[in-house]
Amino acid sequence: MSNEKVDVWVGLFVLLGIVALVFLALRAGNLSSFSLADTYTVQARFENIGGLKVRAPVKSSGVVVGRVADIRFDDSTYQAVVSFDLEKSFEFPTDSSASILTSGLLGEQYIGLDAGGSEQMLVAGDAINLTQSAVVLEQLISQFLYGTAESEGAAQ
Amino acid sequence: MSILGGVAALGRRTRTALISLGQMARFFVMLITRLGIVVKRPRLVLQQVHFIGNYSLLIIAVSGLFVGFVLGLQGYYTLNRYGSEEALGLLVALSLTRELGPVVTALLFAGRAGTSLTAEIGLMKAGEQLAAMEVMAVDPIRRVLAPRFLGGIIAMPILAAIFSMVGILGGWFVGVVLIGIDTGAFWSQMQNGVDVFNDVLNGVIKSVVFGVAVTLIALFEGWQCRPTPEGVSRATTRTVVAGSLAVLGLDFVLTALMFS
Repeated sequence: MSNEKVDVWVGLFVLLGIVALVFLALRAGNLSSFSLADTYTVQARFENIGGLKVRAPVKSSGVVVGRVADIRFDDSTYQAVVSFDLEKSFEFPTDSSASILTSGLLGEQYIGLDAGGSEQMLVAGDAINLTQSAVVLEQLISQFLYGTAESEGAAQ
Repeated sequence: MSILGGVAALGRRTRTALISLGQMARFFVMLITRLGIVVKRPRLVLQQVHFIGNYSLLIIAVSGLFVGFVLGLQGYYTLNRYGSEEALGLLVALSLTRELGPVVTALLFAGRAGTSLTAEIGLMKAGEQLAAMEVMAVDPIRRVLAPRFLGGIIAMPILAAIFSMVGILGGWFVGVVLIGIDTGAFWSQMQNGVDVFNDVLNGVIKSVVFGVAVTLIALFEGWQCRPTPEGVSRATTRTVVAGSLAVLGLDFVLTALMFS
């Protein structure tokens, strides 16, 4: 086989490989959800983060506006400190509230941001003070069980 | 006497195993130090990518397609019990990118490309072509083995990526076209669950490692074989057996390192 023919075929082969990798990254993987937009980091403290993980989405009104960057434990207040990157193009008032929510009954957990009414906007390094912890299913069930037992005991 | 003989046989086996491991390590270093030929004569490597990669494309693509089909059918059977057949896309994509893509491709690669490399080198040795090169002051490791080594390392990840892509498309065909899962749910579940770095990139790293291992074993067996028809046939067999075992063992180690 002549050299040019080999070149063409190897070129096609490598091209096919690149197409396959791009397919895996964009169509099968989540590279398309990466945004290269500038971000600013905001912190929030939670009593309980449940199953929240790094790189979990931060959503406001259901739209992804950022991602969780870091989760640490503060042993002076015994709280979880969650830092998350918000896209620069979205501004939130300083009295916005952050809560840890679950998508669906058994889905992944994410941070929901509800905008407040303040005139001042959050800037990099700010902390969100209004937070709501994750709902732990076991606690919910036990509360429900004790609640029914109490009300039944009171009825008798 | 027979007990002593058994002990001696055990010792002999250990010794030969250790010696061949050491020889392979030396062979690996010899190959690495002679990789400079890529810069000087890139066409040699290109020809090997063509020989190793392009000619393996058909079997890799067809196997990937059928592995994807079967994953689609079997995955649906199990997921359907829990009413979560939308997760089929996730199951197919994760199994292919993390495990099946690199491993099955490497096993097929050992059978398709590894054997041909071993037989080629072995017959060159049997025909005293390698010795003739040395007489002409041409380094056969540099001229013959190094381009094949690089060609294998380049071709293997490309083949594994193609295998995974074709497999996912096969799973999509069975799940969406034949069974009737919602196509949007199929892809969005997949995109939510497959991480580019954790899953796709680690799969690519795996396939590179397997490419190095299988090509090294194939070349080493050809280089070390007895220069007789029987020797070449034995070396070819050993390439498949040792290559496949190395891939499975390395896969376990890499999976434990990457995903735990």
